[in-house]
Amino acid sequence: MHVPTTTRRFTLSLLATTGLATTGLLGRPRAAIAADAAGWPVAAFKKNSEPDALAALYGQPLIASDKITLEVPEIAENGAVVPVSVSTTLPNVTRISLMVPQNPYTLAASYVLPAGTEPAVSCRLKMAKTSEVVAVVESGGKIFGTRKTVKVTLGGCGG
Amino acid sequence: MPSTIRVRAVAGGDTTEVQALIQHPMDSGFVKNSSGKLIPPHYIEILTFEHAGKRVFTAYWGPAVSKDPYIKFSFKGGAKGDALKVSWIDNLGKNDSLTAVLLG
Repeated sequence: MHVPTTTRRFTLSLLATTGLATTGLLGRPRAAIAADAAGWPVAAFKKNSEPDALAALYGQPLIASDKITLEVPEIAENGAVVPVSVSTTLPNVTRISLMVPQNPYTLAASYVLPAGTEPAVSCRLKMAKTSEVVAVVESGGKIFGTRKTVKVTLGGCGG
Repeated sequence: MPSTIRVRAVAGGDTTEVQALIQHPMDSGFVKNSSGKLIPPHYIEILTFEHAGKRVFTAYWGPAVSKDPYIKFSFKGGAKGDALKVSWIDNLGKNDSLTAVLLG
């Protein structure tokens, strides 16, 4: 089967996972089925502080920047669905990540942007309680951030 | 079975704007069910978009992304009728993909 190079690694990871699932049917414990997808930054997603998550994902400190626009609600009545938008005028942006330091795990999402993709992204996050949301933009190999507090009146992580 | 992926991608001017909604529980692993038992984590880890054989966007997600996730981004280029392939894989190895057509 021919697989284009760009998707080959992803496809292989799917095949590998399917293989594990089959093994699971033959009697292996269910936990063995769960395998993190190839390329997913597993260490960074397990950290529960901003410095640890930044270190795991980027290995360098954050520089505060006023060239990043972070749109979040001031008050979220439902922490299960908090709309977040980030855009930036910084050049050569390769990655935009979102962190919620008061959540059980700090890193919420990380977006990889190849050349030609606009440095702007919108999504919806869960927030366990009132917290800052930190937008981290990787531009020219350095990381820049801006932060805003969202007051959560009903937590979105079972709290 | 209907796809879990709904995507609307519109090519206009220099860029294509993509909005997608994925049907997925995005269980964080911190929520208990009605009988007080923790619902195990089940969330999408990687979501990718490919246009003309090139990866235009990769999302790495953790359990803090909301249920039935939404994403919006834009990339340069793209013309009406072009194909845009959307794929996701979750922490249990489940996956889905869909090829959408760019609107003009």
